[in-house]
Amino acid sequence: MRRRVRLYLAVAAGGFRRYATYGTATAAGVFTNTVFGFIVAYTYIALWDERPGLGGYDQAQALTFVWVSQSLLAAGALIGGGFQEELQERIRTGDIAVDLYRPADLQMWWLAADLGRAGFQLLGRGVVPLVAGALAFPLALPVDPLRWLLFLVSVLLALVVSFALRYMVGLVAFWLMDGAGVNIMATVTSIFFSGMLLPLTVFPGGFGEFVRALPWSAMLQVPLDVLLGRHAGAGGAAEALGFQAGWALVLLGAGRLLQSAATRKVVVQGG
Amino acid sequence: MADALISLDGVEKVFDVRRRVSLMRREKHRVRAVDGISFEVARGEMVGYIGPNGAGKSTTIKMLTGILTPSGGRLRVAGIDPARERMRLAHRIGVVFGQRTTLWWDLPLKDSYGLMRRLYRVPRARFEENLERCVDRLDLAELLDVPVRQLSLGQRMRGDIAAALLHDPEVLYLDEPTIGLDVVSKAKVRGFLRQLNEELGTTVLLTTHDLQDIEQLCERVMVIDHGRLMYDGPLGGLHTAGAVGESERTLVVDLERELAPISVAGARVVKVEGPRQWLAFPAGASAAPLVAAVAADYPLVDLSVREPDIEDVIARMYAGRG
Amino acid sequence: MEAVPARPRGLAVDVGRAPAEGRIRRGGPVREGLRGYRLIVGMWIRSTMTYRTSFVLTTVGHAAITLLDFVAIYIMFSHVDALGGFTLPEIALLYGSCSASLGLADMLLGNTDRIGARIRDGSLDTMLVRPVPVLAQVAADRFALRRLGRIGQGLGVMGWALWTLDVDWTAGKVLLVPGMVLAGAAIFAAVMVTGAAFQFVTGDAAEVQNSFTYGGCTMLQYPPTVFAKDLLRGVTFVVPLAFVNWLPALHVLGRPDPLGLPGWVAYLSPLVAFVVFLPASLAWRAGVRSYRSTGS
Repeated sequence: MRRRVRLYLAVAAGGFRRYATYGTATAAGVFTNTVFGFIVAYTYIALWDERPGLGGYDQAQALTFVWVSQSLLAAGALIGGGFQEELQERIRTGDIAVDLYRPADLQMWWLAADLGRAGFQLLGRGVVPLVAGALAFPLALPVDPLRWLLFLVSVLLALVVSFALRYMVGLVAFWLMDGAGVNIMATVTSIFFSGMLLPLTVFPGGFGEFVRALPWSAMLQVPLDVLLGRHAGAGGAAEALGFQAGWALVLLGAGRLLQSAATRKVVVQGG
Repeated sequence: MADALISLDGVEKVFDVRRRVSLMRREKHRVRAVDGISFEVARGEMVGYIGPNGAGKSTTIKMLTGILTPSGGRLRVAGIDPARERMRLAHRIGVVFGQRTTLWWDLPLKDSYGLMRRLYRVPRARFEENLERCVDRLDLAELLDVPVRQLSLGQRMRGDIAAALLHDPEVLYLDEPTIGLDVVSKAKVRGFLRQLNEELGTTVLLTTHDLQDIEQLCERVMVIDHGRLMYDGPLGGLHTAGAVGESERTLVVDLERELAPISVAGARVVKVEGPRQWLAFPAGASAAPLVAAVAADYPLVDLSVREPDIEDVIARMYAGRG
Repeated sequence: MEAVPARPRGLAVDVGRAPAEGRIRRGGPVREGLRGYRLIVGMWIRSTMTYRTSFVLTTVGHAAITLLDFVAIYIMFSHVDALGGFTLPEIALLYGSCSASLGLADMLLGNTDRIGARIRDGSLDTMLVRPVPVLAQVAADRFALRRLGRIGQGLGVMGWALWTLDVDWTAGKVLLVPGMVLAGAAIFAAVMVTGAAFQFVTGDAAEVQNSFTYGGCTMLQYPPTVFAKDLLRGVTFVVPLAFVNWLPALHVLGRPDPLGLPGWVAYLSPLVAFVVFLPASLAWRAGVRSYRSTGS
């Protein structure tokens, strides 16, 4: 067991280091996130000027929403990126057969690697845009350290949910020769239903409630609400984190089912 | 040479390389990848251009094809300065990069040829004639309708060579054309190149790690190392330059116990290490009688035959000079 | 077509083979480039069609991914009547035109941002030995017809806007609408070429170019009144994105420019598109030159 843990830690560290070597790409990404942050921030100012308190946020909270989403975007692979294309490539070339014989679980292996990547991108691509946003606009960042701690736990759960969904997208390559179409559709849904485009609390009526119950809301909307203190009190926080953990377990489980179906397919075809 | 198709006169290529010496500091230093090379290749020659990795082979080829601009010296291919008139030159040369295909991955092989015809504006009759010859000699008939992604490495290489020849290039550059190929594919490629050179007079310049490519194809060899031309002449002449003469293959024998160097006719011991001995014999000779002779007189446990290799030749060349 | 010379045999007879160039009629580099571009694009389209399911999915996906931006705006308007003083159909005009422009530029040469990868894996070399300008080859690289999806939804939203709006049409304004989409595409294209040129120096910095193209389009779909004046000056006079749709669309809508520029400026977009190609092509040439003198 301890050996297992050490193995996955090493895999995660590998994922972290691998992305740490892409220096220019990281800098370019930070620049892009910051530019987008400014553009979206101005439009939110216009919107909240017109309708103060929209979605239950004041203007400072809305701006915080913008900048923290830009900071989490790369780590959560919300607009593409991450490992799924690499997984698809390994399935397409047949290298996946090698992975299946590793003394490690395929899903946990990729989860560890993806969390390593996300860890780097949280630091490498998250900090600078948030600081830039905080300097240029009045943000509503909490001062309570407990709130930040809850936020970090929530982000971790968000990353696991994001992974679990993308893992299934990756496995689709066992059945489809070219994954590009599925990847784009997956990105579309994650951009729209995570709250990237517009906070899900702004979505109207029953549609809004439906959207907030979907797993994508666990990827961005929930961590942001935890940070902004909308889930006040121990009960509220537990409910929010429980919602995320629930989706994480369901989706990881679904991924395992898909994985075993895929593995059976490989065995039948003889690798 | 009066009719030099390729001529280089003191050609240099200097790169400025930035190397990270610490987290914050980068040091700039100059690398002379090609350090004053001069040679000429006449029309219709077939030349092997060999040397260790990083010796400057690829850089030279890239300058000859117009991909890179020389830092100094004068370079002409078919009277054209490649760096200045890259596109005009492109019509007159064919290039095959062994590791990279120029074929369209998802389309049938013949579609890539159709593109070449139009990109190079090859008249249809000429194209058909060239294609027919390539298809016939490279054994491509059954592959023309197969998507390139389904071809084996050897099949793809043959496909790539054909693609480089449809516009009647005067010079064909081949960068490691037999790398990774099986024995049958290698033989096909070599046979084709020989015919191409003999019948059409296409000038061929090839880089390779495989000494057999050179032995079977090239009358002239150039050895480059550290950006300098170390040798230029017939393959046999490497002998006088220090490398051991006509190339030799090596029979590696494992004996039951340590023994004094074996003595058999037609081979000589070049190295002894415990019970293992290395016997050099002419590359042209068959290994079978030699193996029989050794087995008859000595307690043989295991054996293997090593083909001569470019690195060996160059290593010996240095040993001979030293 | 001239007669094909008889096939010469043997080493000595090279005369018949050498003048390959002689029989070749060639246009200028631009015409050669367009011709090569067309041929290579044709190959990519045929490649795409070998995976039909994926093609349909990606085309629909592209239309959807971009339409979602508009859905977000639509949701905003379920809470407000105007944003920055602009109504939903007015914003739809901005959104639709810049989306169509970007889609067009993205389809025609969007893959120039792959140049960094091409340099790293060495495949740029195979482009340099072909008789086609490198820019044409890079632009045609992995040409993706699925990007019609974005163009289609952009034009659709724009059509809805023009149908809904009560525009005081003049001949000039009628010409301005298609002119704005085409000139906008050209401006985005110039930005893409410049971005690609910088990748010769910076390596894998493809994302910076996305800030100006995708980021620019996100900005241009909202009215200029939403943004700070300094930002407006920057995108009018430095990176002239304002000419993609803001200035012409404001004129069509009969609204003043927030920077106070005169009305005729709205008609300058084609000229601006032409002018920005100059620095873009210079940057591109410098990029190729630096590659050819250093390799990688």
